[in-house]
Parts: sequence; C-alpha cells; structure tokens
Amino acid sequence: MLEALDLVARWDVLATIGLAACYGLFVGSVPGLTATMSVALLVPITFFLDPVPAIAAIATASATAIFAGDIPGALLRIPGTPASAAYVDEAFALTRQGHAERALATSLVTAALGGLIGVLLLSVFAQQLARIAVRFSSVEYFWLGCLGLTAAIAVANASLVKGALALLIGLFISTIGIDIATGHARFTYGQIDLLDGVSFIPAMIGMFALSQVLRTVTMDLDGRTVTAKVGRLWIEMVGVVRRYWANILRSAGLGNVIGALPGAGADIAAWVAYALSRRFSRTPERYGQGHAEGIADAGAANNSAVAGAWTPALVFGIPGDTVTAIAIGVLMLKGITPSPRVFITDGTLVHAIFLAFALANLIMLPLGMVAIHAARHALAIPKRVLMPLILIFCLIGAFAVDNTLFSVGVMLVLGLIAYVMEENGIPIAPAILGIVLGKIIEKNFLITMIKTQGDLLGFFDRPVAAVLGVMTLGLWTVLIAAAVHRAVRPVPSEGPRR
Amino acid sequence: MTRTLLLCGAAALAMTALAGPARADCHWQPERPVTYVVPWGAGGGTDANSRMLASLLEEQMGQPFNVVNRTGGNGVVGHSAIATATPDGYTIGAATVEITTMHHAGLTELNHTDITPIALVDIVPSSVLVAADSPFDSVNALLDHARANPGELTGSGTAQGGIWHLALAGMLNAEGIDPGAIRWVPSDGAASAMQELIAGGVEVATPALSEGKALVEAGEIKALAYMHDSRMAALPDVPTTKEALDSEWTLAAFITVSGPAGLPDEIACAYEQAALAAFDTQAWADFKASRGADVVKMGREDLTAMLARTSDNLGATMRAIGLAQ
Repeated sequence: MLEALDLVARWDVLATIGLAACYGLFVGSVPGLTATMSVALLVPITFFLDPVPAIAAIATASATAIFAGDIPGALLRIPGTPASAAYVDEAFALTRQGHAERALATSLVTAALGGLIGVLLLSVFAQQLARIAVRFSSVEYFWLGCLGLTAAIAVANASLVKGALALLIGLFISTIGIDIATGHARFTYGQIDLLDGVSFIPAMIGMFALSQVLRTVTMDLDGRTVTAKVGRLWIEMVGVVRRYWANILRSAGLGNVIGALPGAGADIAAWVAYALSRRFSRTPERYGQGHAEGIADAGAANNSAVAGAWTPALVFGIPGDTVTAIAIGVLMLKGITPSPRVFITDGTLVHAIFLAFALANLIMLPLGMVAIHAARHALAIPKRVLMPLILIFCLIGAFAVDNTLFSVGVMLVLGLIAYVMEENGIPIAPAILGIVLGKIIEKNFLITMIKTQGDLLGFFDRPVAAVLGVMTLGLWTVLIAAAVHRAVRPVPSEGPRR
Repeated sequence: MTRTLLLCGAAALAMTALAGPARADCHWQPERPVTYVVPWGAGGGTDANSRMLASLLEEQMGQPFNVVNRTGGNGVVGHSAIATATPDGYTIGAATVEITTMHHAGLTELNHTDITPIALVDIVPSSVLVAADSPFDSVNALLDHARANPGELTGSGTAQGGIWHLALAGMLNAEGIDPGAIRWVPSDGAASAMQELIAGGVEVATPALSEGKALVEAGEIKALAYMHDSRMAALPDVPTTKEALDSEWTLAAFITVSGPAGLPDEIACAYEQAALAAFDTQAWADFKASRGADVVKMGREDLTAMLARTSDNLGATMRAIGLAQ
C-alpha cells in the first residue's frame, strides 16, 4: 500500500487528476456529452502517459462527469448524463422552490461519499463480487430487467394508469429497430439510422430538456426566474450527511453491486436506488415534490456504480459499462492484463489506481463547489435568452452523439411527444425507463427462449434466476393485491402533478 | 540542418519504397477534421484498432481524426455510413469482414464494391472456446458429441448469421456434421457471449481468440482450437483447426480502413501511404504486441482482391449452411 502511495503522490499524477477532474466536470455538465464520451476523448492522450496517470485520468474524468451531470439537471431539468435522469425531476422541483443549493449540495456530497464508499468496496470485495457478477446469464438479466420495470411504477408519481401508459410508450419505442433473435427490422420504415433503435441520449435530451423549453415558452416566458441562493453549500452538505447517512451507505452498497454487473451501469443503479429509496422512506409522499432524500440515494448509487464497474473489468476483462470497456483497452495497452491474479501480478499498480480513484472523489468536493457557483449564473439569465440557448445545447448534444442530423430529428420528435404527454399529466420518467429496460428484457427473454427451446420452466431452473423470478412475481402479486384493495376502498388521491 | 536533411532523405526513401508502381501524386492532405466511422461498439477489437490507427493518422496528417461508433443492424448502419459518405476524403472508416457477407445474408444490398479499400488493419482468426469446467478437452471431442447428439449443445458469439456464427456452422459443415447440430444463441457481441459461456448459459463460443485471450489466461475458459493455419504467438498451446481437423477448416475476420466508393485515387493513395507508415511505428508495434496480435501490412491493391475472394468463399459457405438468402 505504501508503494502504491509512492506511485500516486507525484506531481505529474496529482496534476493529471486535477486536470482530468476539471475536464470531467466540464464535459459532464454539457447536456448530451456523457461520461463515456469524456473518457473516449481522453484515450489518445493516455497513449503518452505512464500507466498510473493514464488510468487515474480515466477514473477521475468518469467520476466527476457523472456528478457534473446533476448540475444542468438540477438547474435546467436537462440531465447532463443518463445517470442523472432518474432524479432530475426531484432536483428541478427543489430549484423551482428556490432551493437549488440544497439539490446540488446533496448531489455533490453524496456523489463524493458514494464514490469513496464504492472505491473502498472495490478494493476489499472486488474479487468476491466479480465471482458473483460473472455467473449472471440471460435468465438472471431478464429477471433483473423485470425488477427494474417494477421500479418504474414506484418512480411514477401520477396515477397508476398514467404511469403504466408512460411505461408502455417507452416500451413501444424500445421495440423500434432490429430484433436480435431473428434479425428482422421493426418500425424502421426503411430508415437505416433506425436499425439500431431510437438512440437513448437524444431521446433523453428531447424528453427532458426540449419538453421543458416548449412548456416554458408556451406558459411562463415572462415569469420571474427563481433566484438561487448558493451561499450555504457547506452547511447543506453537512446537513445532508447527518440526515441521510444511512441512505448513502445503503445506496452506495447497492450501486456498487449493480455497477459490477456487466451491462448494468450507473444509470440503472440510480433508477433502482431512487425507487427503493421511495419505498423505504418514512415520507414517500414528498417524493417528486422536491425531496432531497431521493437525490441522496440515487446520487450515491450512481457514483458508487462507477467504481463497481471496474470490478469485472479488472478481474475478468469484462466491462461493467462503456467507460470501463474503454479503460480495459487502455489497461492492456499499458501492459496490465485483467485477470483474477491482477491483484498479485500488478498489485501495486491496482492499489495505485484505487488510491487515484479515491483522490478523484475527494478533489471533486472543492472543484464541484466552484462548478456549482459558476453554473448558478445560468439561472440569473432571463428566460427569453436562456431558452434559445438551451435549445442550442439540445441540438448540439443530440448531434454530438454520433455526428448525425438524424439524432437531432429523434431528439425533436421525442421532445414533442414528451411535451404532449406532460400536458396531459402523463409522467416522463417511466417512459425513459421503458426505453432503457425494454431492450434488455426483450433480448434476454428471446435468448433464454432460444436456449430452452421454448420451455418456460427454464426461467427458474438456475438457483439465482429462481430467487430473482420468485421475488419479481411476489412483488407483482403484492402490487396487484394493493391496487385491488384500493379499488375496493377508494382513498382520496392527489391530483396530477405538473 | 543535417538532421532535417537526413529526415527529408528518409522520408523521400520511405515514399519511393511505399509508392511502388508510379501512381498519381499522393500529396493530398486533409484541411479540416476527418470523421472515422467504426461500425462496432466502443471497447471491442475493431474499436481499439481503429482508435489507435486514428491517433497515428492524426500525427501523420496533421488533422484531428474523430472516431465515431455507428453501431447497429449487425454492422449495416456503420458500413452504410462509410459507403454513402461523400468521397472527399473527410469520411473514412473501419470496414470489416461483414462488408463481404451481409449482402449474402440479405441484410442489405451493400457489398465490398461500395467502398474503396485503403489498407488492412488486423486479421482476427476465430476460436473454439468452452468454459473451464467443460467436459470437452479437444475440439474433436466436442464435435463428436455434437455429431452424436445433434441439437443438444448451444453456441454463441455474435448475432444470428454474424461472422462467428459462420465460423461455427462452417466448421460443422466442413466436418460433415449438420450445421444446426450446435444450436446458435444470438448475442450482441463477443463480450456478452463469453459472459454466457462462463455463467453456463451456453456450452461453446466461437469469437476471435484475441477477444477470449484474457479469460483464457485467467483460467476461466479453455481454448480448444484456433481457426487459423498457424498458432497464436501469445497462446502457443492452443492447437490450430488446420492441425486438429480433417477438413483443415479455418476462418478469420478482418478489419480494414476504407473510404466510400469512388474515392479519388490521389486521396486513397495518400491515406494508404499514411496508414502503412503508421503500421511501421513503434507505437503500433507495441499496441499490437499488447493485444497478442501480429502487425499486418497490406495495401489497397491486394486488399481489394482479398475482399472479392472472401466474398466468394464465404458466400459459398453461407449457401451451404443455409445462412444465405
């Protein structure tokens, strides 16, 4: 460990971490530019760096970018990265009440703590965790996806019917494109760009940001902009930790495990943590109205997941998410071959990477505060000026995903759909979750059916799958029973939320 | 001064050596950033090779090369993006072996005549992989079991009709076994197929050996065969299918750097020069060594012929195993 400290405590490594943190904060706070993109753009630079600073730069940029995604999410309701999408409504509601500082302070401190806990878990349990994660086959992923969909109902704040409708819209959008089992194109109308389905990032920008622009322009363009007080970040942060330390611990642990599952990443971790947070909260009725508890849970989970994703990457060379997929390439380029023995063969180096990761999460606190102070000025801009600027950001963000105008079209169309949905009280969040999970569920369902040759019992014949399957079916039974119960004895419900 | 002169001399020498038979002058240089389209996802072999080459081309040609992953439709989306781009030199990309197979599969009209091949970047032979606890210890034992129990085993590696599916079905067919004797389970790439293999979801995977190398070295999976005519230097204990099988079946995918059809000769020639020079650098050699692969060098003339040959050969195989439309 001391040798590792020696490797990290050098000016070039520390400078790299500092620069990468600033860079990650910037990229993450630009809507449409994801943590993955920030890392991909770093790759050519890492060729010229030593192994430790190279990996440190990647770890730092991804961790800070995931936090920075919360800044435009809270201030403008544009999630900077997909990992912020789960709680963007919650954070924006706080800003509208003039509590932007609470939303952002919560994001920042939980991100840093979640990241630190994630690194700690990574360094202690990586080998054991990887053993479990790598045993997941298509059946387990199918049930995991179903559990996620069940979370969608918990995320929805509107009536059950409207939440379900939103979910179905999302699931429909996820069926567009080539179907993996048979190779048939569906709902593409000959558009080659639709073969891969509706790409998620333009969809997310359109549904959250463009719909917000449209609503502002049609409703309160002249309305007074809420002025945010951002003087008490430290006090808020201490308060958050004191109030929600249990939530932060729980969600950081959960996020780490989800992050370690190949294919599930920070975004899924945030959704699940948010849904669980609401279910276990003493005040579930305050969710969606601007309640810091949900932000604390999801914020800790997504940053912990970033660290968790390194688990299978380091131990098996199987990426936990797209960031670590790129990181594996850089690791191998630097002569580190991921394997269960990596802790023995390259032990010092691996510990140096963990240290750099921890450092990145620490440095995020002061740098993040500077970023929040800088970004707050966005709110002081009159809406007449701000809205066109956001629109430009939406266009650039959608275009930047794959340099095509088609993605801009996707963003515009889904923005319009989202606007119409919200005008009619249909929530957006379940639709987004439907788009994310629809593909995962369908793919793994079909793969499992092909494996078992159509035998439905195959969904329960592996131990982990059986546990997950019974859990999911049990949860559904409870939900349906509760709905029937409510239908028999109606209770006054809250009106649709705007 | 002397140093500059020497450098000039070396550059001139290199140029004459590379230019080969007299061609149009190769002095074209991009004046703005170039888009480098990769039809496969970030983190895979095509992506890694292309990103490395792009950064070297950036040094050679003095303009940024932006790598863009245009995934989907089993490669159709990205290959279409390369083929339909304006042939002005500002869009090139990583056309892979699929450009010669997807038209046989009926996925698209697009084929290898719709691109201008520039240089071969990598040759990626397939492999036969099983989980570490698998009862099979040789490719022949596996094939014997498949012959005796058709439809019992499952294999994975890529989408239905993808190149690794072709590797497995083609091998079975060449050995006189029903190509469906090992049922294909589609996956969205080699990484998720190997995850299924370790998790016990499928019994066989046939991705590139380079993709399975880390897991083989980790002892999580066993490599039964390398579908190539010589062994991999990094894994010398893995027998080749040429040694092990009567049919001597081999199959390798490949990665190229190509432009759209109709790329002016001057531009294609300039790119060919830059790419071949990049392959000679130490950075490229180190990169290849880290992946356990050999440096390959093939210019546009040989590559064009190779693409046509591959299309004919793989087309015949696909018809034989019922994957062609």
